[in-house]
Amino acid sequence: MKRAFPILAIVTAVLLAYALYQALVVAPTDAQQGDVYRIIYYHVPSAWTAFLLFFINFIASVRYLADGKPSTRQAAKWIAVAVGVAGAVAAFVIPLPGGIRPSAIATTVLAIPVFYFLLGKYFPGEKLDVLAVTTAEVGVVFCTIVLVTGPIWARPVWGIWWAPGDIRLTSTLVLWLIYVSYLILRRFSDSAQTQKLAAALAVFGALDVPLVYFSIWFFRTQHPQPVIGGGGSMDPKMLDVLMISWTAFLFFAFLVCWSRYRLEILRREVEQAHAMQSLSGADSSVSISSPAVSTRGSQ
Amino acid sequence: MNSLWSVTLATLAKDIRLEWRSKDALNSMLFFSLLVVVIFSFSFDPLAEESRRIAGGLIWVAILFAAVVALNQTWARELRNQVLDAYRVSPAPANALFLAKALGNFIFVSVLEALMAPLFIVFYNLRAVGPAWQLIPIALLGTWALVVNGTFFAAMSIRTRSREIMLPLLLFPVSIPAVIGMVAGTTAILTGDDPAHFWIILLLTYDVVFTTACLALFETVLQAE
Repeated sequence: MKRAFPILAIVTAVLLAYALYQALVVAPTDAQQGDVYRIIYYHVPSAWTAFLLFFINFIASVRYLADGKPSTRQAAKWIAVAVGVAGAVAAFVIPLPGGIRPSAIATTVLAIPVFYFLLGKYFPGEKLDVLAVTTAEVGVVFCTIVLVTGPIWARPVWGIWWAPGDIRLTSTLVLWLIYVSYLILRRFSDSAQTQKLAAALAVFGALDVPLVYFSIWFFRTQHPQPVIGGGGSMDPKMLDVLMISWTAFLFFAFLVCWSRYRLEILRREVEQAHAMQSLSGADSSVSISSPAVSTRGSQ
Repeated sequence: MNSLWSVTLATLAKDIRLEWRSKDALNSMLFFSLLVVVIFSFSFDPLAEESRRIAGGLIWVAILFAAVVALNQTWARELRNQVLDAYRVSPAPANALFLAKALGNFIFVSVLEALMAPLFIVFYNLRAVGPAWQLIPIALLGTWALVVNGTFFAAMSIRTRSREIMLPLLLFPVSIPAVIGMVAGTTAILTGDDPAHFWIILLLTYDVVFTTACLALFETVLQAE
């Protein structure tokens, strides 16, 4: 596994370079916006990557909370399946506000049980919490890229840096705020309680996102603002480049998450070893320390 | 169910009696929001038409900040003499404790609003153009939205270092849809430009979603070790 890391790093670097070449040279110039539109090849993939990471964080947090007690563990599995099925059906039955496709909602909702079972299988116990820290931190970085590149694009195209009533801008900003508060909570709480408090906050944040979306959606209809032209009227060549760019970003995000994940696992092992060492040190002053503890502590 | 309500009512009665005797939370909230109103009235010198448009934002921001003062004291009071630890080992349902605290805060903040509303009307010469009775459901639902999450996050923030500052950092981002609902709903009624029904429904949804989430997760947060 460790040998795969440098190989993946090289692949990611090549992919990112190729995506940059595609974005700057190969992709056609936009008829209305000119070259300034090319920032979307960084802006949009960052946004998709950030949302994916926050989604994984939410599922990992729910699974972590549910696995804490045997009684909730079974119930939560059935709830995850029920939410997936009911949401996918509801997306086609309930009329959605304009611009949102039912298939997109159905796919997202169906991803909930899929990720729920996959994450539970490959990241048992404390590893779910390590995954949650990792995805939250990397997600905030990508979300910051989105919030920085957005205004850079908006200034020449819309004529303003920021449109307070725009739905995507504002909901992304609120999402960013929620996850920054999540990271602050993790930093300020004692290590023994952090996991559960943070997981609870992640659930609150995820529940908040649809409400933010609908409140701003209605807010905007009252206060018309410039928005990115709706409808999928994108040149197929541009879409290809966008997909190449997203693939490169996904590799990059995976690489960063992987090294952060390993770092967090190591950090916890060191912390545990220190605790064991101080425990055995305290023991040796009064009695003979057990051999298992002292070998663990000396490593 | 019976034990849930009897414990809730007993804890609520204790909190109200404590507050009645000390008036700590109410006095500090009241004076704090009075200061905010006075400072706002110096910062802006609006005409009647303008004040209708900004008053909704001002009053709710003032109450949001003031509510944090009371919410911070909710659990801090129980830390003295290890009362909270006693709660945790007692067989009383954790949600009873949560409901009592949330209802207590709801009462305190509602009293604050009842006292502040006339002051606001005087300071800003307000008169609602739209149907004024709809301000009551907005105020009740909005207050519950603030205190239910506020009580939950206050329980979270007392487990952290520098707990006083943690509460607004956790509460404000999650409260953004509720604040949008309260401010936009109040403005819609004061100016009479738009109907406020959507905002009442939004606040109601917010309350139902987050009350359920708080009740489902409070025990985990209370017992987190």
